[in-house]
Amino acid sequence: MNHPCLVTLERDSAPRVLFSGDRLVEVDLPAGTRVIYPKPPMVPLRDPDAAIRYAINHPLGSDPLYAKLRPGMRVAIAIDDISVPLPPMKRPDVRERILTIVLEMLADHGVSDIEIIVATGIHRRMKGSEIRWVVGDKIFDAYWPDRLYNHDAEDKDNMVEIGTTPHGEVLELNRRAAESDLLIYVNLNFVPMNGGMKSVAVGLCSYKSLRPHHNPASIRKSDSYMDPGGSQLARDIERMGKLAHKHLNIFTIEATVNNQMFDKSLDFLMKNEDELSGREKAMLKGLVMSTARLPQPARQAIFDKFPAPYGLTSVYAGATADVHPRIIEKNFEQYCVPIEGQADVLVTGIPFISPYNVHAFLNPLLVQVLAQGYLFNMYRGAPLVKKGGTLIITHPCTDKFDHEQHAPYIDFVHRLLPETRDANVLREKYEEKFAKDPALIQMFRSGHAYHPAHPFFMWYWGENGRQHIGRVIVVGADNEYIPKLLGYETSPNMEDALYKAKNGQNKTLDITCLHVPPIVMGDVTLPAGQNGSHS
Amino acid sequence: MAACYFDVDGTLVSSNLVHPTLYYLMNQGTPLQSVLKLGRALIDSPRLMLAEMVDRRTFNEMLFSSYAGTSEDRMMLLAQEAFDNVMRPSLYPGARSLVEKSRAAGHDVVLVSGALECVLERLAEYFDGAEVIGNRLEMKDGIATGKLLKPVVAGPEKARLIREHAAAKGYDLADCFAFSDSYSDVPMLSVVGHPAAVNPDKRLSWLAKAYGWPSFDLSRAA
Repeated sequence: MNHPCLVTLERDSAPRVLFSGDRLVEVDLPAGTRVIYPKPPMVPLRDPDAAIRYAINHPLGSDPLYAKLRPGMRVAIAIDDISVPLPPMKRPDVRERILTIVLEMLADHGVSDIEIIVATGIHRRMKGSEIRWVVGDKIFDAYWPDRLYNHDAEDKDNMVEIGTTPHGEVLELNRRAAESDLLIYVNLNFVPMNGGMKSVAVGLCSYKSLRPHHNPASIRKSDSYMDPGGSQLARDIERMGKLAHKHLNIFTIEATVNNQMFDKSLDFLMKNEDELSGREKAMLKGLVMSTARLPQPARQAIFDKFPAPYGLTSVYAGATADVHPRIIEKNFEQYCVPIEGQADVLVTGIPFISPYNVHAFLNPLLVQVLAQGYLFNMYRGAPLVKKGGTLIITHPCTDKFDHEQHAPYIDFVHRLLPETRDANVLREKYEEKFAKDPALIQMFRSGHAYHPAHPFFMWYWGENGRQHIGRVIVVGADNEYIPKLLGYETSPNMEDALYKAKNGQNKTLDITCLHVPPIVMGDVTLPAGQNGSHS
Repeated sequence: MAACYFDVDGTLVSSNLVHPTLYYLMNQGTPLQSVLKLGRALIDSPRLMLAEMVDRRTFNEMLFSSYAGTSEDRMMLLAQEAFDNVMRPSLYPGARSLVEKSRAAGHDVVLVSGALECVLERLAEYFDGAEVIGNRLEMKDGIATGKLLKPVVAGPEKARLIREHAAAKGYDLADCFAFSDSYSDVPMLSVVGHPAAVNPDKRLSWLAKAYGWPSFDLSRAA
């Protein structure tokens, strides 16, 4: 029997409503299509503050936090950046709750030399207002900007070399974090590829230390990168993480939230379209119609307006190696829906948000990241789609970029992709050159732009999907050349896309639809003897 | 190898061509001479403003005519003082880091400005070495005539000088960078493969957005 979140469509099923950027579109999918819906949100912890206190006083594989403290010591606290959760959550953010309790404890133990670092890695610097949202007014007013700031991966004076892995990979980390007596890392583990050894080794490092694992080879071998057990990326990062843990005194606090992305008024977006009440159906219709007619800034404003009411579902603290597996279990518990067998065609909507465009437009490169990257990788066991199968996405693929955040993306898409889509060529020929671009580095350091190496990593992020999927068809593109640059075909509607996917053969296609957001992962099992892996 | 070509006034420093000149006018041999020079400059100011709107080159030529009658050694002394008292305090907080990152990327740093070369050379020293393409005063018997030697560095001429410089050094312009704050420097920005708008005026800011050129503000420290 199917899992309740796995719905098989019938002849009289209602059209499915998928995201197409910041629009909602209705698509007709054939009878027999299996649609994977997100699980209902897990019940949040009743007293989050008590749970946080309990976790740091009863840690895993480590002394309690209070036992590690001594008056006068230097402490650095690192927190995850704006890339999680998506969209930003209602206040108080989980990080504010954890920081409040941790800072109280530090003060009680005579620790005053504290700096809080937003572990941006090579992501864009967060703005003051965004940091205030995450850490709360009280902490922001007390610490910003001298003792609460963004990590600067290009500030050579404030980076320090920690050592070299047995593979010859050099780890450079934020000096304050590395030279403190204690580093406390506060992670909000929104997806299973995050947290654990990645937090410090990626969030506080330099471009030089990302290059050994943020590359096409690591991604190609990841099956999938949302499953740490099958992720080469995770294994490569772990080497760096272990080196960091060998040299630094790290106390990890990790937390998970449920998938309550939409407020009560919009939570019907997570539901089976056949089971909506009359009122919900009317609201959904209204949303489809209004997003079709409103101008883009107004549509973006609608979705930016509602922070997500995520609820804390777990928090663990202590040694990273002991904490992280528990957190991953919680992620899977919320996200994984079991499904048997792979599909010929995977259909999914591309939403308006990714980890890299909070408060900005989802540009074409990020469409690729979601399609062949994150959404393709939302599986455990085997990919949702067969090797050589078809991915159909709904998105306008508009040629639009945020000029500040995504300045380096513009050149990447318009100058490099016309030359080649080969990730290895891009890495060897252009990546390091771009990474040293003085203008783009300046935008990264003093503005709010992503690092010039970031668009390369974003391209690599789609690499295992690119190798596995035979073709990608975009439904609803507003132009032809962006899909062409990305290597996609276009179709005016779903019927035409499915016809193309048949490739002239008269056969019935196995179709699976991933109904996102919020996040859902396929826990794929295959018939005995079948190997569905992409590698 | 490639080069990074930097405009100076308004790009790396908040001062402009007028500031060092005013400093010079106010620091004549005697207070009376200063008053006379300033008075003359004041009378000329409407013409200067008009020239600034119409043609950068004419503006530069008119501005530097104030130096007529100054001896070469005094020019050198004033250049150092103008750098110390006017240009250096006006450096944008992010200027040094940008120049250092350019050098770290393996690029030669070249200052291309309508300012006098003798002042620019001090700035080049401050940046631990840079090439300078600037204006030079015509000297006769060790005394400035008030005229500029050709070519006058301004507007489209900057683009030509950059092309010549790159050709002489064997740089591929497609690999070179240029940085400026002003719409009047669009020719200079357009000849390189990597133009960038720095503290841009409104018109340049719009243009940079339309062309997808990087655009940033050096008044914010990195």
